Amino acid sequence: MSYQVRLEVFEGPLDLLLHLIKKDELNIYDIPISTITQQYFEYIDLMKELNLDIAGEYILMAATLTHIKSKMLLPQEEKVGEEEETEDPRAELVRRLLEYRKFKEAAEDLCEREDIWRDVFYPKNEVSSEFEEEEVMLDVGIFDLIDAFKEIIQRMPDNKTSIDIIPEELTVRGRMSALIERLDVTGPEGLTLWALLEGDTTRRAIVVTFLALLELAKLHLIRLLQIEGDDTLRICRISSNDEAGEAEGGDADDKETD
Amino acid sequence: MEDAEIKAVIETLLFISGESLSVNRIKNVLEDVDLSKIKSLFWELQHEYEMRSSGLRIVEIAGGFQIATRPEFAGWIKKLKKVKQSSKLSRPSLETLAIIAYKQPIVKAEIEDIRGVDSTGVIKGLLDKHLLKIIGRKDVPGRPILYATTREFLQYFGLREISDLPTLKEFTELMEEDESITTSEAQSITAIES
Repeated sequence: MSYQVRLEVFEGPLDLLLHLIKKDELNIYDIPISTITQQYFEYIDLMKELNLDIAGEYILMAATLTHIKSKMLLPQEEKVGEEEETEDPRAELVRRLLEYRKFKEAAEDLCEREDIWRDVFYPKNEVSSEFEEEEVMLDVGIFDLIDAFKEIIQRMPDNKTSIDIIPEELTVRGRMSALIERLDVTGPEGLTLWALLEGDTTRRAIVVTFLALLELAKLHLIRLLQIEGDDTLRICRISSNDEAGEAEGGDADDKETD
Repeated sequence: MEDAEIKAVIETLLFISGESLSVNRIKNVLEDVDLSKIKSLFWELQHEYEMRSSGLRIVEIAGGFQIATRPEFAGWIKKLKKVKQSSKLSRPSLETLAIIAYKQPIVKAEIEDIRGVDSTGVIKGLLDKHLLKIIGRKDVPGRPILYATTREFLQYFGLREISDLPTLKEFTELMEEDESITTSEAQSITAIES
């Protein structure tokens, strides 16, 4: 049994509701809630029929619509003594729809920009490698480190599970002090990630080094750097007295673009 | 140095820099020339490119200036050589970026509040593309991660700075009815201005 149904793809329940409102030219400030609820459920049923996974968000919105509908059916209670106007049960939904629509429009604007700027090209920086350029060090985030490790582990020749005989001394704590000792000797330019991993031949040892580096970065004892235009990660020691200055330096880099 | 010479130096630097050059970085090279001079020569240079209908132009992008090709000539470039172009961003990605661009710094829960759907995967993808960055944690229970757009974001969308984005459309009719809109609108405006 095969049949084709044209089904637009929606980003979520709010997107679907906006579509329904636009399709029937409904007034967003005065949504006929029972009509829209019915149409919404029809769409959900269609999704079920097509065996599409219905995300929890759609179900939640269905419940919200039903709740609003039932509230609208209740007679308005005149609360004597209370000056506050009873809020339209739809108000919150309308607010969310409008907020969402704003960003949907902003996203369309970005999409148009993307179309134009994808077709703009720049001269490549091919000369730079010929110059003894001053190395611009970039601060690197944790994710770059994770990426680098993923790559290293994937590149390891023996990727199969093997039984590693792990000597007792392989601990994160032990590796941390070993790393610090090595970095203290090397001075401010630090070591590359590859150099640090030289002795590590097993997956396990690499993971221990990785955890040790993460821990050291967290304690602000080391800094992860990358030379501009190069993927190699460098690890340098942060001495306690220049830490504050270094941190500010990183921020200033961003501000320069203002 | 004469103006014409300084201008030629600037053009040279623009040509080889390979990324957007800020006026300050030019200033670091041309130490004796003052900032306002550099800036005005940038404009002049830009104007000259426009005047002689060059295939190139000088764009103001990502906080600086850069030599760039014109989008209308992209076809010729692609005819000359295979251009490796990444696929366009998906709608969820654009939506998420738009929210972050206008409301940064922002946490994931706020993004999901607006979009009405889970955004974990989309955010991860944008981080991988370096269009987003983590800039810290919000000082509320759970210390959620704060996201902001990057320099690459500006470059990708041809923006000089984040305030180049058009202001979000205002919904005057509703604002009269609902105070909370007014406040969120005001917040987004300050976010853009800051």
